[in-house]
Amino acid sequence: MLSRVADSIYWMSRYIERAENVARFIDVNLHLMLDLPTGSDQQWRPLVDTTGDHEEFARRFGEATQANVIQFLTLDPDNPNSILSCLRAARENARSVREVISSEMWEQLNKFYLMVNSAGTDPDVLADPHEFFSNVRMSSHLFVGVTEATMTHGEGWHFGRLGRMLERADKTSRILDVKYYILLPTVAHVGTTFDDLQWAAVLRSTSAFEMYRKTHGRIDPRRIVEFLLLDTEFPRAIHHCLIASRESIHAITGTPTGLFRNPAEQLLAQLCADLAYGQVDDIVNAGLHEYLDGLQTNMNQVGTSVAETFFAAKMAPPSTRKRTAIRA
Amino acid sequence: MKFLSYRPGSLFDEMFGENDAPRAVAKPLIDIIQSLPEGELLRRQQSAERALLQMGITFNVYGDSAGTEKIFPFDLVPRIVSSAEWSWLERGLKQRITALNLFIDDIYHDQKIIKDKVVPVEIMRSARSFREQCVGLNPPLGIWCHICGTDLVRHRDGQIYVLEDNLRCPSGVSYVLENRVVMKRTFPRVFEASRIRPVAEYPSRLRDMLESLAPAGVETPRVVVLTPGIYNSAYFEHSFLAQQMGVELVEGRDLVVSDGFVWMRTTKGFERVDVIYRRIDDDFIDPKAFRPDSVLGVAGLMDVYRAGNVGLANAPGTGVADDKVVYAYVPKIVEYYLKQEIIIPNVPTYVCADPKELTYVLEHLDELVVKAANESGGYGMLVGPHSTPELRAEFAKHIQANPRNYIAQPTLSLSQVPTIIDGHFEGRHVDLRPYILYGRDIFVLPGGLTRVALKKGSLVVNSSQGGGSKDTWVLTDDPRAVRERIAVEEPALATGALGN
Repeated sequence: MLSRVADSIYWMSRYIERAENVARFIDVNLHLMLDLPTGSDQQWRPLVDTTGDHEEFARRFGEATQANVIQFLTLDPDNPNSILSCLRAARENARSVREVISSEMWEQLNKFYLMVNSAGTDPDVLADPHEFFSNVRMSSHLFVGVTEATMTHGEGWHFGRLGRMLERADKTSRILDVKYYILLPTVAHVGTTFDDLQWAAVLRSTSAFEMYRKTHGRIDPRRIVEFLLLDTEFPRAIHHCLIASRESIHAITGTPTGLFRNPAEQLLAQLCADLAYGQVDDIVNAGLHEYLDGLQTNMNQVGTSVAETFFAAKMAPPSTRKRTAIRA
Repeated sequence: MKFLSYRPGSLFDEMFGENDAPRAVAKPLIDIIQSLPEGELLRRQQSAERALLQMGITFNVYGDSAGTEKIFPFDLVPRIVSSAEWSWLERGLKQRITALNLFIDDIYHDQKIIKDKVVPVEIMRSARSFREQCVGLNPPLGIWCHICGTDLVRHRDGQIYVLEDNLRCPSGVSYVLENRVVMKRTFPRVFEASRIRPVAEYPSRLRDMLESLAPAGVETPRVVVLTPGIYNSAYFEHSFLAQQMGVELVEGRDLVVSDGFVWMRTTKGFERVDVIYRRIDDDFIDPKAFRPDSVLGVAGLMDVYRAGNVGLANAPGTGVADDKVVYAYVPKIVEYYLKQEIIIPNVPTYVCADPKELTYVLEHLDELVVKAANESGGYGMLVGPHSTPELRAEFAKHIQANPRNYIAQPTLSLSQVPTIIDGHFEGRHVDLRPYILYGRDIFVLPGGLTRVALKKGSLVVNSSQGGGSKDTWVLTDDPRAVRERIAVEEPALATGALGN
């Protein structure tokens, strides 16, 4: 497979997953705000802080009000990580590999893009954002489903899954982090009904509420962290995502599991081992935020290694002694 | 919707002949259209448009906001070509491409045709499309132009003329294939009743031809389609052809020249490329040989080509033969190389480089069509009868400043085909672009792109200038000949649903 094609499929997937997660991200915050006692300060700034784009935001928008933050993260064409920009980038990538992906995938992505793009000119969308964010999530699910059902599960598909899973792992870690940021100033609430409500909102925003209930029953912050971080079966749990990423890389390279032939395989194996043998109590006691921060850095490194191994053209062209060509 | 109120008028109509009687070739189709319940044809037209939209059959418009895609408008009423007329056209097109290839080969080698004063030396000296880098090149099989799209028009007198040769990177064949798919779904009964020749074999033919250009000794050649990328107006076609042939679609940055060969970057290392169907203009394919600022091409490609280690279709330099001034000499070119009279005539052409003809052109601007020699796509063109005195004065200045760059032709009244406009039939002007492949033998695709000027009275059929397209049906008299097969029964479509 062409490096450029693999690169485009990988990023097409990542951008769609990113758009979906930005929608989840804002949604969890909207829920948290609703649950805050009347009169407490709105907490929108942490959302921008966790995306890493706070300087850009401060320069162009100033105050972190709900409207400003949602505009910046959703429909701002100048923010490269807004939902709109993600969809544009995903579609652009898809257009360059249209002959490789299925036409159903292209059509679904096209519809998704048109839906978000038309929201950009509709003032009602941000007035009642829940429906919009739910549409974004559902369109992303549809795309993944169509991909699953119509594209050969070969090399290209694995690059798509790799992109999606790395992105999802990163974003689940950030959603956990939002809760951490929000929680900080109100440490006194720990263990109260109010705290439970907040944790339930986090679960809901990752579509994890029902699945968590089935596994653990009672709302318990440590169990929730364990579920979203260490669970191997829940599809948005970080551990699950990294296992899937690892499977896909090995399917692409043919390296047997347990061995590694490139830095991405090596680092993913280390991260998976860490999550497999880690204990949630140790993690929380040592500081969840610090742990998530380290994890995010390592996952970024996996992304960089994937790009260097598969997409960057740094290999020296092979010698051509074997094949000689003679003009007829 | 019926033909009762349709009046072909004084123009040549492809469907109706003398006394407005249906032509024999069109009779079965007209009968079926007449028998459709009221509103049915319109429903089918809408279904067809929806199908094209969903298939994403689009082109990009330059000068529009970045990357804007549009649907190429499609009209259900086809252009029908009789078997006899087609076999005449086929002979004419084969003759023309044979002669033009001999001409290109001669121009880049001995230039006998110039020494023999058949084509004036000044014309060749000033041809902007002449490529110094191609002098002495020996392309595989000795052929330069492998893929050609020739624009044909029919005048009021019923005669078909060649309007233009497209010997560089002719586009549009993807519409021919997709239009046919839509038509077969829309009018299956007509396909059963008529002997319409299929067009679906084009991608396999194209692939076979491309493989025949591989360097000697390569048993299973790797063929790729080279595109400038997603912002090119014909990107859909590049991707479609790659998909239909089952080959990789590559961009310049995917390819690299090393050790005298062309390689493509894959996730598992570098793989050798043997034949490139390039959809990038000469000027951009190799920054080392042509424009150094090109980021679309592959540095060193021309060296590999010259050494015979990669095949290119078309060969660089073919543009020299579709220069609009050289066009005027094609009848002489055919006679010179083949010792034959030209089969499909040229449109009479005034060459402004000739002082006598220049005077005539300037005096008759209001009745001529003037074309710039090095433009295509309907740009740089003046249609005299449809212009204003100001426009003509401005054009006259351009012509006088650089007469070599202009030719003029009488304004033809192109033939028309009934076209669905606002819920009824109106005649609209059409042209026809058949596609020719030239490898070990010459293959003329039985069909072609019929472009239609949707604006009333307009003669400009280019997609970039508000044109649309129609399917082109080439009939065969031979009952044993391969013809279109339909598996679907007509009633399945009677609701107007198109598979969705």
